[in-house]
Amino acid sequence: MINASLKQLSAELAAKKISSVELTRLYLDRIAALNPQLNAYITLNSEISLAQARAADARLAQGKGAALTGIPLAQKDIFCAKGWRTTCGSRMLENFIAPYDAHVISQFNNAGAVNLGKTNMDEFAMGSSNETSYFGAVKNPWNHAAVPGGSSGGTAAAVAARLCAAATGTDTGGSIRQPAALCGISGLKPTYGVVSRYGMIAFASSLDQAGPMARSAEDLALLLNVMAGFDERDSTSLQRDQEDYARDLAQPLQGLRIGLPREFFAAGLSGDVGAAVEAAIAEYKKLGATVVDISLPNSRLSIPVYYVLAPAEASSNLSRFDGVRYGYRAPEYSDLTDMYEKSRAQGFGAEVKRRIMIGTYVLSHGYYDAYYLQAQKIRRLIAQDFVEAYQQCDVIMGPTSPTTAFNLGEKGDDPVQMYLSDIYTIAVNLAGLPGMSIPCGFGANGMPVGLQIIGNYFDEARMLNVAHQYQLATDWHSRAPQGI
Amino acid sequence: MTWEIVIGLEVHAQLSTNSKIFSGASTAFGAEPNTQADAVSLALPGVLPVLNRGAVERAIKFGLATGARINSPSVFARKNYFYPDLPKGYQISQMDLPVVGQGALTIQVPAVGKAQAYEKVVRLTRAHLEEDAGKSLHEDFHGMTGIDLNRAGTPLLEIVSEPDMRSAAEAIAYAKTLHTLVRWIGICDGNMQEGSFRCDVNVSVRRPGGELGTRREIKNLNSFKFMQQAIDYEVQWQIDTLENGGKIQQATILFNPDTGETRAMRSKEDAHDYRYFPDPDLLPLVIGKEWIEQLRGTLPELPQAKQARYVGELGLSAYDASILTASREMADFFEAALGDAKSQAKICANWIIGEVSAQLNRDGLDMAQCPITAQQLGGMLKRIADGTISNSGAKEVFRTMWETQKPHVPTGGITVGGSAIVQFISADEIIEAKGLKQVSDAGAIEKIVDEIIAANADKVAEYRSGKDKLFGFFVGLAMKASKGQANPAQMNEILKRKLAG
Amino acid sequence: MSLSTDDVKKVARLARLAMTEQEMHSAHAQLQNIFDLIAEMQAVDTRGIEPMSHAQELSQRLREDVVSEADQRELFQSIAPQVERGLYLVPQVIE
Repeated sequence: MINASLKQLSAELAAKKISSVELTRLYLDRIAALNPQLNAYITLNSEISLAQARAADARLAQGKGAALTGIPLAQKDIFCAKGWRTTCGSRMLENFIAPYDAHVISQFNNAGAVNLGKTNMDEFAMGSSNETSYFGAVKNPWNHAAVPGGSSGGTAAAVAARLCAAATGTDTGGSIRQPAALCGISGLKPTYGVVSRYGMIAFASSLDQAGPMARSAEDLALLLNVMAGFDERDSTSLQRDQEDYARDLAQPLQGLRIGLPREFFAAGLSGDVGAAVEAAIAEYKKLGATVVDISLPNSRLSIPVYYVLAPAEASSNLSRFDGVRYGYRAPEYSDLTDMYEKSRAQGFGAEVKRRIMIGTYVLSHGYYDAYYLQAQKIRRLIAQDFVEAYQQCDVIMGPTSPTTAFNLGEKGDDPVQMYLSDIYTIAVNLAGLPGMSIPCGFGANGMPVGLQIIGNYFDEARMLNVAHQYQLATDWHSRAPQGI
Repeated sequence: MTWEIVIGLEVHAQLSTNSKIFSGASTAFGAEPNTQADAVSLALPGVLPVLNRGAVERAIKFGLATGARINSPSVFARKNYFYPDLPKGYQISQMDLPVVGQGALTIQVPAVGKAQAYEKVVRLTRAHLEEDAGKSLHEDFHGMTGIDLNRAGTPLLEIVSEPDMRSAAEAIAYAKTLHTLVRWIGICDGNMQEGSFRCDVNVSVRRPGGELGTRREIKNLNSFKFMQQAIDYEVQWQIDTLENGGKIQQATILFNPDTGETRAMRSKEDAHDYRYFPDPDLLPLVIGKEWIEQLRGTLPELPQAKQARYVGELGLSAYDASILTASREMADFFEAALGDAKSQAKICANWIIGEVSAQLNRDGLDMAQCPITAQQLGGMLKRIADGTISNSGAKEVFRTMWETQKPHVPTGGITVGGSAIVQFISADEIIEAKGLKQVSDAGAIEKIVDEIIAANADKVAEYRSGKDKLFGFFVGLAMKASKGQANPAQMNEILKRKLAG
Repeated sequence: MSLSTDDVKKVARLARLAMTEQEMHSAHAQLQNIFDLIAEMQAVDTRGIEPMSHAQELSQRLREDVVSEADQRELFQSIAPQVERGLYLVPQVIE
């Protein structure tokens, strides 16, 4: 049952071969057994989960079930869910019970899905290893000494360890794709604006995008069908017709033009990852695709640009955490300024403070033009690279991450080394394009490798088709970590 | 040595929308603390702003009324600073591209002392949309401050002038003209006690023709009287400081109405690095030409145009015209009372500026609460014009109308379908009921005059021999005989003719 | 671009983050490394390039001016650090 696809689970539930309550208990039991080592979940609330499961069973009994009704999912702890503690991985929100539902949460609730719990993450989604979480690091299910990636590391570990049927993540600079790659699962960051950001705690508003993380492209399509859609509460939510992201899954790939950016295969890419990606490309050729050599000349600038823009937006987005209306307030202070400074110093972890400092600095008087404005201009150059690339190809492929999962603590002291692990994912966020990662083999250390697929704007259905056809031809996506 | 005063204003006008600028919370004044602070007003984690069409509409109307350029696109930016009444830690405002560009406002500066009244054009730098902050309450919380965020997110239009004003009188004339205008076009209720119209005044002094001096900004003045006092005090303070060899430091200052003094604020030491940047949660605001034209069509005739028309078409004095256009209610009342009777404009204006205003003043009402309708007043003016009633009769009619309709709660109205309909008593009904109709029948007046002449032969003889002063005596007798209802002008004419023999 | 410890102090103060001297020093070193990483950007010729603030070239959608939010003070204040008589309490604000 834990290896079943969402489609299979849905069929089982509809056929009453299993109830949602039974399925939910199955996962809760697995979580109870495995989470103490993996630390994939921050908050569980079996009472709510089981109540949702009972409601789903009632709905199924009436024959009113939808695609995800009764299916137990995990939610990244960045989404506000009414009545659930929502921490964003931070001490600042350690005791924050969300008083409202994020759009994504409402969508899943309306669909009748069960919320199993809130998954661990880098604090305020700032990190690439899940080590910045106030609630402790998450272990990679493939090797407990390794990181699961970040920031959606808890979700990636939970999906890989079968501690949920599927789950959500968010991606600001690679936070869905990189942990998906490191944990051997599939993850999709949609086009910016496809999924409402309402109720998703903001990191860098112009880059943040929520998306599904699951064991297959087919599952991702079903999840995205529920998550996507216009929401009037988010000004950047796109008004588009509802689409079925699963509609093209079965299309053959004959004639597909795959662009391979030479910058993604240059120095810095570890050999084993490169080899796995090359093998995947060879598989695509067998499926009828052709390969085009392309260039994204400005993508090398995506890290500097990102580390100006994202911290700038974050420094402002995180100003609301001031100990006045909710969240952590320091126990002792001498006056208002002291209350602010102590609450924020004690409530935020080191990485968050670092990024607030960077962001504050680049926006401050005298530096704005040199940093922020310059970064915004280069952001346009980076986006234009993709526009030109898509004149020549239908999708772009490359590695998701330059290496497989590194060890916990390995990059601890050097933020810059950590930042470089997002080298291939960040440009996609800057351009607002959809990107995904699917498993495509294993590295020298036996850890999973992710293949990144970057689509043109609104090409999610095609990307899912491209991923699904590969997953029909290979079985990397159905491998499970040892002991699972 | 003389000093020249240089003043520029930044006015925050709360826009009269139902809901907040970025959320669906109510903007109604006076609610229990924080009951109108929704998730967006509180800046809960994850919430997002969506711009209120009504706020944009009001900004556009202001731009059109001041002949300004409407910028499209305009951009919302974040102004970052920490303050407990600012829940997000930043205020959403506009910086580089405000919705309203350069405009102008013509002001009438009233005569002060020996100085003549004059007109002046004040240039408007810009007007931009932004959100209001909450309120800090300092009393009664055992040494702590209480924060009420009901006001947070109320739409504001910040209207910035060029430093074009050269006296407190000009600054106040500007503020008053602006205050009239925003109410006139229906974008702000103008209630200064409730903080709907707040003025920040930038004051500096310089030697005539010299470089601009360093300015100090007096924050949050919410009455014209305080503005006058604050400017007077501040100007004197700056002049004294400079003349004593001191220097002016740029500062944000507060006016204390109890002491009449200004003092620098203490809490803003690092406030000047606001780290503005375009708000990533809001997209550029694009305003189409059609929308602008549609709004232009809804704008009423503006005060300045009305004044010109009152002077040119109706023959009113500039003074009367400016008083009648002090508010839209006043002008509407005047025009409705006047109706088609353009030739009666002066008398109509006199009644409104005189009796109506005086009575309102006495009863502590404003024009919108006027107990009598313009139609009632118009009906009465018609009867004055056609000679049905005398001036004293008119005063009686007016008094009766006023007293009948006051208090403002409808009395003696008839109820239809549950709602009271006030029945306004007409001038004609009062004239009839009180017998105020003056006698204009020449025959009847001649008869009275003949009887008086016959009964007072001696006095007639005296009059005819040159004792002109006796004329008043005959008028008195004749009015008495007519029970005061004779048309005085007609009576005078007949008396004069008959007494002359 | 080199960063002084005074810059770090100023930024920490602007961002309302209390820092000990030691934290200030380690922050200084790390930020310097990060700014070295960012410095690569400075050499790029961006004359005539429009800054890109948003991922989509769209304009702002407008909300109708309708009150849609009911009072939820009790719920919202149930998660507040300190409230009294419906107000959020903070250390005294001096204007």
